[in-house]
Amino acid sequence: MTTLEILTFLVYLVGSVTFILGLKFLASPTSARRGNRLAATGMAIVVLWVFITEFVLRENGLSTVWILAVGIPIGAVAGVVGARRVPMTAMPQMVAIFNGAGGGAAALVAAAEFLHFAGDGRELLSVPFMVATLLGAVIGSVSFTGSIIAFGKLQGIVSGRPVTYPGDKVVTGILLVGILGLGVALTVFTNDVTPFLVFVALALVLGVAAVMPIGGADMPVVVSLLNSYTGIAVAATGFVLGNYALLVAGTLVGASGGILTQLMCRAMNRSLFNVLFGAFGTAGGTVAAGADGEQTVREISADDAAVLMAYGKKVIIVPGYGMAVAQAQGPVRELMDLLVARGVDVEFAIHPVAGRMPGHMNVLLAEANVPYERLKEMDEINDDFANADVALVIGANDVTNPAARTDQSSPIYGMPILNVDHAHNVVVLKRSMAAGFAGIANPLYSDPKTAMLFGDAKKTVQALVSGVKNA
Amino acid sequence: MTEVISTEVLLQALFVFVLTAFVGYEVVSKVPTMLHTPLMSGANAVHGVIVVGAMLVAATAEGPLRIVLALLGVILGTINVVGGFVVTDRMLEMFKRRPGGES
Repeated sequence: MTTLEILTFLVYLVGSVTFILGLKFLASPTSARRGNRLAATGMAIVVLWVFITEFVLRENGLSTVWILAVGIPIGAVAGVVGARRVPMTAMPQMVAIFNGAGGGAAALVAAAEFLHFAGDGRELLSVPFMVATLLGAVIGSVSFTGSIIAFGKLQGIVSGRPVTYPGDKVVTGILLVGILGLGVALTVFTNDVTPFLVFVALALVLGVAAVMPIGGADMPVVVSLLNSYTGIAVAATGFVLGNYALLVAGTLVGASGGILTQLMCRAMNRSLFNVLFGAFGTAGGTVAAGADGEQTVREISADDAAVLMAYGKKVIIVPGYGMAVAQAQGPVRELMDLLVARGVDVEFAIHPVAGRMPGHMNVLLAEANVPYERLKEMDEINDDFANADVALVIGANDVTNPAARTDQSSPIYGMPILNVDHAHNVVVLKRSMAAGFAGIANPLYSDPKTAMLFGDAKKTVQALVSGVKNA
Repeated sequence: MTEVISTEVLLQALFVFVLTAFVGYEVVSKVPTMLHTPLMSGANAVHGVIVVGAMLVAATAEGPLRIVLALLGVILGTINVVGGFVVTDRMLEMFKRRPGGES
């Protein structure tokens, strides 16, 4: 080993440590930002070191440096502009796109390595090398197209409903069998380029076919799973290139992304299998009885609702995706400030899957400067609803649906929900009587304690703010 | 069969792989829900290290096909790593305590 090679190893070691510590620091609110910056610094050191050793110091290394000179600025500008410009509500889509880019890059690296060593008529390659290369190519490709579809669904470009057709599972099955067969063939029979290209093409189609039947409400789980996939694809390319930085970083993300996906499924009380193959949210026979327009609801004016809260002792605000869409978090904070100034105890009840991603509501409310001490997780606050004078539901639906507790025929039966219906009064801010993302009617709305306040969440909350000012 | 990577290196890599998987599991199992989105985003940035793989391919790229693959790999990898870290930082900035805020 040359001195340079030893140093490279040590640089990778330093990088790997910063990645592990970075993820560890991300686990606590006080150190999270430091963790992200630490990992970014480690990453910069590794990238710089590889640039110096592979391009500057290597003989003829500068002959291909133009690839970096062109590629890195394009990627950096696209990344920074995307990351800066994206509104906080569109965060999940952005993570999906960045993840897809990573998956695509992993597939390209695996393909480039295959073409480097393999080719028509050449000697077969060792089995472990081929397995790693094929895994990198297939998982990276699935993650690439899957992430693009997930982005499309969250962004509303692709239908958020589960897209199914008769025999779709058969098609997915055939794709899987084809990929597996070609993979085995490429490992033990042939080294030709054509079957490899077909192999990659099938994987790209599989990514689309696997995500299309999944409803938009489940996209966070899918993004999290695809994130983990990209990690595994990167780890596989780490094997291919014999590179420990890729191996450690990819494996870390593969494992942590897997756990995160599990945690998200558990919060919805569903199995990963059910998320991936359940086509959840199809308007079908599973829709609970009473789903059609026969619900009778009570409406309330913004001023009356404001008085209810202004003279209460305790108000619990339940934010949901509706608040995110309407960008109502600013006015919500204003409302909180006014109520707190009047001596009302205001807390926020955050359901683990409220919004489109775990922590989505926390990010939005933090953006609006709501102190995170006021944000309570479900288990922490669920018993307090009984003492609350008003539960103010802002654009949340399925996570407040009492049918999850009682109605065994409901598709969300068994999902832990916020005990909003235990509050003395419930005020629901909602755009219309349309069902939530899961497409299920919510009996909370016909509860006699519940009053509905229809309209755009931002305007309605602003009306509540002026109502409280005048109260 | 062509041995691209020696069995010894592969076995060592396997060793690192398995142990790192346990580390990844342990590190993430204690994260509060409210940090799940930044964590997912941060982890997403970490696998942006694939840009290093694309750089290694670019360093020895010959022939138009491998050069195109390397270039696309560098672009996508850079998007992943730069965008990932910047967007995570933006999310986490919002968790700062309000200056002079109560509690």
